[in-house]
Amino acid sequence: MDTLSHLANGFAVAFTPTNLLWCLVGTTLGTAIGVLPGLGPALTIALLLPITYQVAPEASFILFAGIYYGAMYGGSTTSILLNTPGESATIVTALEGNRMARSGRGGAALATSAIGSFVAGTIGTLGVAFLAPTVVKYALKFGPAEYFSLMVLAFITVSAVLGSSSVRGLTSLFAGFVIGMIGVDLQTGQPRFTFGTAELLDGVDVIIVAVGLFAVGETLYMASRRYAGKDEIVPLKGSLYMTAAEWARSWKAWLRGAAIGFPIGAMPAGGAEIPTFLSYAIEKKLSKHKEEFGTVGAIEGVAGPEAANNASAAGVLVPMLTLGLPTSATAAIMLSAFQSYGINPGPLLLTTQANLVWGLIASLFIANVILVVLNLPLIGLWVRLLKIPAPQLYAGILVFATVGTYGISQSPIDLVILYLLGAAGFLMRRFDFPTAPVIIGMILGPLAETQFRRAMTIENGDWTVFFRHPLSLTLLTLAFIGLAGPHIWAWIEHRRRRGPEHVPGDA
Amino acid sequence: MSVSDQQASPARLAIPELLIGVGLLACAGAVAWQTLAIPVSPLYSKVGPTVFPYITMAGMIVLSLLLILAAIRGGWQPEEEKETPTDWKAMGLVAAGLVANLVLIQPLGFTLASTVMFVLICFGFGSRHPLRDALLGLVLALAAYFGFAKALGVNIGAGLIENELNVLISAVFGGKGS
Repeated sequence: MDTLSHLANGFAVAFTPTNLLWCLVGTTLGTAIGVLPGLGPALTIALLLPITYQVAPEASFILFAGIYYGAMYGGSTTSILLNTPGESATIVTALEGNRMARSGRGGAALATSAIGSFVAGTIGTLGVAFLAPTVVKYALKFGPAEYFSLMVLAFITVSAVLGSSSVRGLTSLFAGFVIGMIGVDLQTGQPRFTFGTAELLDGVDVIIVAVGLFAVGETLYMASRRYAGKDEIVPLKGSLYMTAAEWARSWKAWLRGAAIGFPIGAMPAGGAEIPTFLSYAIEKKLSKHKEEFGTVGAIEGVAGPEAANNASAAGVLVPMLTLGLPTSATAAIMLSAFQSYGINPGPLLLTTQANLVWGLIASLFIANVILVVLNLPLIGLWVRLLKIPAPQLYAGILVFATVGTYGISQSPIDLVILYLLGAAGFLMRRFDFPTAPVIIGMILGPLAETQFRRAMTIENGDWTVFFRHPLSLTLLTLAFIGLAGPHIWAWIEHRRRRGPEHVPGDA
Repeated sequence: MSVSDQQASPARLAIPELLIGVGLLACAGAVAWQTLAIPVSPLYSKVGPTVFPYITMAGMIVLSLLLILAAIRGGWQPEEEKETPTDWKAMGLVAAGLVANLVLIQPLGFTLASTVMFVLICFGFGSRHPLRDALLGLVLALAAYFGFAKALGVNIGAGLIENELNVLISAVFGGKGS
């Protein structure tokens, strides 16, 4: 009941004309950048961070949330028509969606993906509204030791468990830690990692890191890969309306996808890859049309993963709003927007910033409605956006990257750092290092350090505190299992198959 | 997850991957050097500002050794990535565009520097209409300057064109535009 009255209050905030306008701007922009390959929500929100100095927190978070949700809708359009997944979460959508488009059923694929996103996004947002107050109740009991251990668990899951290699994921995370430590240590006032330069005393802005890795690095990578084969846009054929049979095959997949996506997204592990792949596997197993998978494209294979993707995107907001724990690059950048307002996301956020949080949640419902309208009747508009040629698209991205970076302090030093990070981003892309852990490490690393030092100070420097508190111990054990479990499992499998003489290492 | 990485059939030393591992080790060295340079007050000696840097350094050393080990075992690049030749010319032109932007942004202002960058990047990506690109870049840079920067209240380097236009706008709108 409490949640409903808060939600009603939230709708009162979200339904003001200016906030509705922000929501419309956010969802439109989000769909556009989702459709365009090479641009993602993390980069866009980073570039728009300066807006936090201009408008009220409600307005900017409604804008950011609209971009966040919109990018999910737009991304699936690109996956279906272009077979170039804009982000890892839409890889699965491309599998079946692009096949459907090639066999002339692109319209139905787009429809099931948009309506599925709406259904799952709405279920996911309801989940946020009802789960968040419950999580807060538990989170209020957390001390610094528990917080630190929870962050360790999140670090391990976002870098080591998801992705192709735990060593490379952790390397990215540690690089993020180093970037996050640059500047003045807030507790003692000592400068760290500044190499004696005054410019680095304020630290490296998250805008520069996000733009360097996602815009400059991506552009360099695309330039180096120009001959790797060009993508063709599949022309949109067939009506956008689904037949009764297609509805019948879709709706269960939507609900199953949402049921898989939301809980996984809401865990402090995050990530949309696992739920989308899981949903795909389940739909393939349950489908009565198995022959369509991998051939002409099965509609369940689009409906389920798309729903899972959107529900998990909503789920990510639960740890973010209740614990201040971002589990994706986009959420990490949104956290830095909170910091820019001097707001500390955590269990108290729901009470101290009730208008902001509930206004944000209410605006997510509105965003879903706007998005399904933007993405179905107006789909032709977005398809046209796909035709922007690559040279002008990437050159344009870098013009905006320059505005965002140079605007911070008009210092060419910032551009030098940007380009160095861009070169690093290129190498990371080329050698398969994930980039999201860098952003998460640089934002969450300093917060983890604060909790660590707080816990140690309370206990007079006795580090066993992390193992003496049962909850903290449990979280650390889970983190250890996440890190070592797959390797131990692989080792056992290996021994069983080949005998004990050959011991595999870790790569 | 990471298990499939090491299945390279004949293990051969992978030079690029080795360089990355060694580079990371060097970064760990730089972290150590900078950590030693942090002045520590005895008041905070227990959990001072150096504890986390040391943990990070230790982690980086372990990770770089694991990367070097993986490189000795044949590296981790997928085959298709290894086989695709790098388009150095395109990358060079993009890099040239970035450097040109860096060098020109103070003397010429944001718009002109961005236009030069725009043309070079388009050329790098294979566009062969420099004049059309220059016009497009100019329009986009102006849009970015007036739309994006002004709306966000960000002050980006004004040069010749921006100043002229600002004067023009203030003349037209009676000073409200600037």
